[in-house]
Amino acid sequence: MRFGVVVFPGSNCDHDAWYAVTANLGHQAELLWHSDQDLKGVDCVILPGGFSYGDYLRCGAIAKFSPVMASVKRHAAEGGLVLGICNGFQILTECGLLPGSLVRNRNLKFICKQVDLRAGTRQSPFTCAIPEGATLTVPIAHGEGCYVADEATLDQLEAEDRVAFRYVDNPNGSLRDIAGILNEGRNVMGLMPHPERAADPLMGSTDGRLIFESLIASLAPVK
Amino acid sequence: MSEITPEVVAAHQLTPDEYDRIVAILGRTPNLTELGIFSVMWSEHCSYKSSRLHLKKLPTRSERVVQGPGENAGILDIGQDAEGNDWCIAFKIESHNHPSFIEPFQGAATGVGGILRDIFTMGARPIAVMDALRFGPLDHPTAGARNRRILDGVVSGIAHYGNCFGVPTVGGETVFEPSYNGNPLVNVFALGVFRKDQIFYGKASGDGNPVIYVGAKTGRDGIHGASMASAEFTEESKQKRPNVQVGDPFMEKLLLEACLEAMATGAIAGIQDMGAAGLTCSTCEMGSRAGTGIEFDLRHVPQREKGMTPYEIMLSESQERMLLVAHAGREQEVLDVFKKWGLDAVIIGKVTTDGILRVKNHGEVVAEIPNRPLADEAPLYNRPFTQPLRIAPMEAPEFVAKDLTADLFTLAGSGDLCDKRWIWEQYDYMVRTNTLAGPGGDAAVVRVKETGTSVAMALDGNGRYTLLDPREGAKLMVAECCRNLSCVGAEPVGATNNLNFGNPERPEIMAQLVEAIEGMAEACAFFETPITGGNVSLYNETLGDPIFPSPVLGIVGLLPTQDPVGIGFRAEGDHVYLVGGTGAADEVRMGGTQYAKQVLKQMWGLPPKLDMEFEKKVQGAVRAMVRAGAVASVHDVSDGGLLWALAECSFPNGVGLAAEVDSDLRPELLLFHEGPSRVVVSTADPGAVETLAAQHGVPAVRLGQTVAGRLAVANRGAVLVDVEVAQLKERWATALASQLEAELHV
Repeated sequence: MRFGVVVFPGSNCDHDAWYAVTANLGHQAELLWHSDQDLKGVDCVILPGGFSYGDYLRCGAIAKFSPVMASVKRHAAEGGLVLGICNGFQILTECGLLPGSLVRNRNLKFICKQVDLRAGTRQSPFTCAIPEGATLTVPIAHGEGCYVADEATLDQLEAEDRVAFRYVDNPNGSLRDIAGILNEGRNVMGLMPHPERAADPLMGSTDGRLIFESLIASLAPVK
Repeated sequence: MSEITPEVVAAHQLTPDEYDRIVAILGRTPNLTELGIFSVMWSEHCSYKSSRLHLKKLPTRSERVVQGPGENAGILDIGQDAEGNDWCIAFKIESHNHPSFIEPFQGAATGVGGILRDIFTMGARPIAVMDALRFGPLDHPTAGARNRRILDGVVSGIAHYGNCFGVPTVGGETVFEPSYNGNPLVNVFALGVFRKDQIFYGKASGDGNPVIYVGAKTGRDGIHGASMASAEFTEESKQKRPNVQVGDPFMEKLLLEACLEAMATGAIAGIQDMGAAGLTCSTCEMGSRAGTGIEFDLRHVPQREKGMTPYEIMLSESQERMLLVAHAGREQEVLDVFKKWGLDAVIIGKVTTDGILRVKNHGEVVAEIPNRPLADEAPLYNRPFTQPLRIAPMEAPEFVAKDLTADLFTLAGSGDLCDKRWIWEQYDYMVRTNTLAGPGGDAAVVRVKETGTSVAMALDGNGRYTLLDPREGAKLMVAECCRNLSCVGAEPVGATNNLNFGNPERPEIMAQLVEAIEGMAEACAFFETPITGGNVSLYNETLGDPIFPSPVLGIVGLLPTQDPVGIGFRAEGDHVYLVGGTGAADEVRMGGTQYAKQVLKQMWGLPPKLDMEFEKKVQGAVRAMVRAGAVASVHDVSDGGLLWALAECSFPNGVGLAAEVDSDLRPELLLFHEGPSRVVVSTADPGAVETLAAQHGVPAVRLGQTVAGRLAVANRGAVLVDVEVAQLKERWATALASQLEAELHV
């Protein structure tokens, strides 16, 4: 499988995502420069964590205008896979590929720690390989990870089985404990925790691999 | 041009003698711009004029040292990758004490920014940051509110900068003393990694080579920051807020990526960041190191504000700027890389052979100074020193514990020993997925993916010990730092120091500095950890009250990349040993301990006694145990003594210990003395621990076996303490947050 990791000038988890899918999972990955429109034919685009363009305005507010995002939107519209991690999730909400918004953590502080997650659904290419009822230990590292949306949107997300992950012990005040959501087509996921930081046995947890393994399994040719 | 009067000279913190020397160097009277340039280059902060004579006593060489003091950072060889390429680490510690008092958030943030630039200007990608922080007590009756605000600002500033830049903040320490009420210490350590053939130096070599300015535009911020850092605080210091710079971590991230990419083109001859003393320092140091001159015109310097004078442009400390020298003819390659990253990059001048720093403004020469005397012939002072300032009695007071359990809870809730999670959870300590052991352990461990090697690092300092005996205190600090590294299985290989002291013009303060440097020199030579660079921060006094002499040491060590061993007891029924034995102690040597500070609220006597030969053997034994996989947990005994070390071993997994010891020491000493050379290990294989200890010629005293949920210690059958781990942990875990959040969240 071929992943593409977008490199905004302020991305700082780009290398981590690249390392996880290549060195840890043994697949291919391309780096996609933010001012290029060519996605190099990748199967799954990863929008990595970081501070895309500094994010002094609003996280992801400038990234949505970048040339690469036009291609990412097209890729998504054609059913291509898009995984936005942390800042990537923020960008996906800013550019309208996902509903709602990420605001400052309830305690107004940046939080870096391991958290426990449960998949809200296994009916998606991002979660299909996760065992039923499993708890995943995956780190968070964000200042603005509190997911908010209006009641109707939250109800709709739940009604359409689009809550991909929930926190077991909500660290940031996210409404309905939401850690990750899917778009209507179920081919775009935004996730605040960092699965790429939980893909290497030396990093304390390898539960993040389940998300990448789900993606790999979903694209595997049916035998 | 304004006239240079004695008042103008004094306002630049230059003495009449220093001024005469400037006149002699120039052979004429300086103009105001030149005076400003000399004043920052000859400030204590840039010239080390009070400490240089003594810094020469420090060991600086070993087989691994590629670059010692004098460059932007020290460099050590860490070995080869699978293809036979040599790899290196660059690291250094630096203080941002004065700015952090005036404006805690930006002061600390730009402290992080400055040290990161020191690392990547040499070509290394930063992979770890640590911070040593010292504040006044959060519950101080008069200064408490301000101390809480300073701590909150400093921590937020570090988080803001490091998290955005994308470097993990992997550890550090936070200590509280009233002597830091008006003068907090913020010392930031950074470490980067690179191939040996990718090292760049701050040298302006090659006649005619273009000099290029890159990064942020120059504004009026931070003018005279270096001189400010070289004066005591007075009431007027509060007016110095405009001297503090404002940091932009996103700009720094762009600068990092662009610099590394530009370096890879091979078109760069030399590079240096603009830190303290900005454009002045970078131009004259780069020229001085290469024995060349630099000629440039200020009209090319990108400026954020209109109407800046040459004086202001030369002395500005605007952040996120670099100066580089390209090979003539290849400048376009460099400019293209910076354009790709959206950064200003402008050719401002060229390298010359005459050794002169020649600054023009629209063609008119505004400063003309020989580089070498400016950079390297700053005044050197052999300041008089007497006996170190001592504000504590030698004799021990009478003390008998009324309730050892209550004393243990007092330690758990104290600022120095309580859980610092409230602080370090605000730092991204995992970005770049190399952090094998992050904050909260004895030492941080960061792997180098390319070599299969990991780098361990720890920061240590103990102002109480160095106050009671600067020389022995400094040795203890080196020993503890090396012990911390040994506890994670690392071999200490190099060090960087930050010397935070008061006013060196006071002989009793100068004596603290001299003795601490000499003690550090002796111990660093003994433990084979050469000092490859560092920083001196003097004049840490407010209204005449000096801080405790507070040297801080950062030591790095190497180990093969492997699963880390933590400090926590892991499973019930493991055997617990005290490698190094219960140690010796007496009442006089209890005076610097946490027990004396937190429980008795006094200070007296001497720091614990150190036997360096024995210490080294203990460290060797522990390192061997970790590397052989013979131990389930390792934690050294330091602040708080044996009982506190056992408590910390119990917290991570709720697994405690039922210990039985056989000691002549009375309970207060046995449980709380801070004698060095002791390490608590737990193991499922007691034979292996005993064998390795015997092989290294050190005692391994068996303490007992781990148990679920309880921590109990008995001496010769008499139970001294027996507590629920969960209760004690609760006190430890909530102490800092409860002091801070009560107010911050109103």
